[in-house]
Amino acid sequence: MSLATTANVTPQQNWLERLGAGHIILAIALVLYPLVASDFFLTQIGGYSLIFGMLGLSLMLLAGYGGMVSLAQITVAGIAAYAIAILGNNNSNILGFGWPWWLAVPFAVLAAALASALIGWISVRTEGIYTIMITLAIATATYYFAQQNYAIFNGHSGYTGIRAPAFWGIGWRDARPFYYLCLGLAVLSYAAVLYGSRSTFGMTLQAIRDNPRRMRALGYHVTAHKVFAWLLAGVIAGLAGVLLVWFNGRVSPGTIGVDAAIDVLIIAVIGGLRHPIGPFLGAVVVVLMQTFAIDIVGAERFNTLIGMVFLVIVFVSPDGILGLWGRIKPHLAQESLRPGQ
Amino acid sequence: MSLLEQPSSSSLSAGGMTRRQAWGLVGLVAAAVMVWLVFAVWPDWLNAILISKKAFVSAILNGITLAGLYFLVASGFTLIFGLMRNVNLAHGSLYLLGAYIGYEVTNHTGYWLLGVAAGFAVLAIIGVVMQVFVFRRLEGDDLRQTLVSIGISIVAADLMLAVWAGGTYQITTPEWLDGALTLPIITAVRSNGVSVFLTYPLYRVVVLAAAIVIGVGLWLMLNRTRVGMMIRAGVDDRAMLQASGVNVHAVFAVVFAVGAGLAGFAGVVGGSALSVAPGEDVRYLLASLVVVIVGGMGSITGAAIGALLIGLAEQIGLVYFPTYGIVLTFVIMVVTLAVRPQGIMGKAR
Repeated sequence: MSLATTANVTPQQNWLERLGAGHIILAIALVLYPLVASDFFLTQIGGYSLIFGMLGLSLMLLAGYGGMVSLAQITVAGIAAYAIAILGNNNSNILGFGWPWWLAVPFAVLAAALASALIGWISVRTEGIYTIMITLAIATATYYFAQQNYAIFNGHSGYTGIRAPAFWGIGWRDARPFYYLCLGLAVLSYAAVLYGSRSTFGMTLQAIRDNPRRMRALGYHVTAHKVFAWLLAGVIAGLAGVLLVWFNGRVSPGTIGVDAAIDVLIIAVIGGLRHPIGPFLGAVVVVLMQTFAIDIVGAERFNTLIGMVFLVIVFVSPDGILGLWGRIKPHLAQESLRPGQ
Repeated sequence: MSLLEQPSSSSLSAGGMTRRQAWGLVGLVAAAVMVWLVFAVWPDWLNAILISKKAFVSAILNGITLAGLYFLVASGFTLIFGLMRNVNLAHGSLYLLGAYIGYEVTNHTGYWLLGVAAGFAVLAIIGVVMQVFVFRRLEGDDLRQTLVSIGISIVAADLMLAVWAGGTYQITTPEWLDGALTLPIITAVRSNGVSVFLTYPLYRVVVLAAAIVIGVGLWLMLNRTRVGMMIRAGVDDRAMLQASGVNVHAVFAVVFAVGAGLAGFAGVVGGSALSVAPGEDVRYLLASLVVVIVGGMGSITGAAIGALLIGLAEQIGLVYFPTYGIVLTFVIMVVTLAVRPQGIMGKAR
């Protein structure tokens, strides 16, 4: 990880310096955001961006560090969301075991992580571009399965009436608590990914991305490392899925459809896959576009707009907005964000 | 996964003829059972297990004809991937666009065959345009090509929705293709001793025949012509082909034209048998993906085998366990990846 803003830290620095000025300013801005934002901006923009940022982050972990571009992240999140609906309470009169949230959430995240590891195990059987095909096939097949199966997924209509828990005297679906909940989990995931990327495991994963054959020759278990990365990504995507189902109050096959799967990829690519902050950046851009493009192009042709933006980004700057910044930054400082690879 | 496939390939060659003979025997027995299942009059207990003979044979026939359609779509996908390493995720959109164009042309001219030709021709041109103006610029960058194809599929789906709205269209087939064929398969014997023969829509049989003809044609093109030789050489080693003085870009354009054209052709043919509606693009993209993952990338024979497996799995699943049907497709894919990651006919790379 040579591109992180704080990559060249030395142990002598104190924790404040190690955190970096950018992170501190960003953190203060995000914590103070509810003071200026209306409820709409707090949840529909803030919370939603953070949730999709986490989904993008789970993809960034796999794609950026592991070189495995997955289109199944929304599927993993959907498994957590369905698990919350099935284990907890819902209004659809199907299943709904009525578990309390503190029991249902760990199980939902665990289910998502295991599903992710399974998807990973299937897709790392092949290499490179095959991953994207296999994960897309899995995502699409899961979508059709959720749609045709009534015993588990309640078919086309899915589950409705899922409520976020209320404890400590706070209703966590209210605008401000929900925003802070999303922010807390997003920051936690972000920090974990950033820390993990510099850990032994993170370094090994990146080495495997760059040269799997050499790592295998050096005695590393390539498949195990990749599958473990999928497991970690599954935890993040699962948490995002829990937040998503609390946010929407419902989950249906449409939640995990191919459009949504592609949306996550678009978010991650527009933001940039080379640093964990990229997906959050992409999520803010896409959510803002989603909300306000309706005024410009009308609700009907939104997908054309986002598709065009996506195409332009892929053509002009393969590293997304972060890559654009990386091209401007050398003019300001000496170091490029992306030294030649 | 070179570590894993080593033992299987070596044991296969070491086992030699005996193993092949064993598989041949298994195949013969399976074929005999199949023939008996199709042509014999079923005893009651079998009818009780498999619902009815009519349901079973119809599922098999529907599966085979659907496989023909899947083969048409997937063969283009697999050719394009095999040669250019280009995962064209807009392939489903090409199918749907072909279907819409076929519908418009058939409706305006009244000639169905003209619609089929237009579906092929227009999509072949679009394929060449995509290759020349989009994918050629990103050559050698698999991931960006795939991302661009995703972007194209999003925009295409949205624009098609804008033009043709969300309705369902049915392309009208000409009269000479309507009607049903009475097959020499006895489904039941009435109490008065009269045999009931199975009838099957003529159109579906024609679709299957067309798929077989095109499949054989593709195979001949790949194995017996100069262009086919270049394509096969390109699949194996693109750089070497280029170094031997072949204009690979021309070959790429030809393959893209054929692949996209086949998708458009399948769109018209499939849109006449089934229906044309938004969302079909995703369905056929999934089918193409699974077919080439199972069959092996870049192999026409593999696409045929994969299409047959997936088509049969889908239709049999639809009849016997409707709410878990897709799981069967999924299991086939996972088992293939676990046992033979490169696909049934794929070459290890």
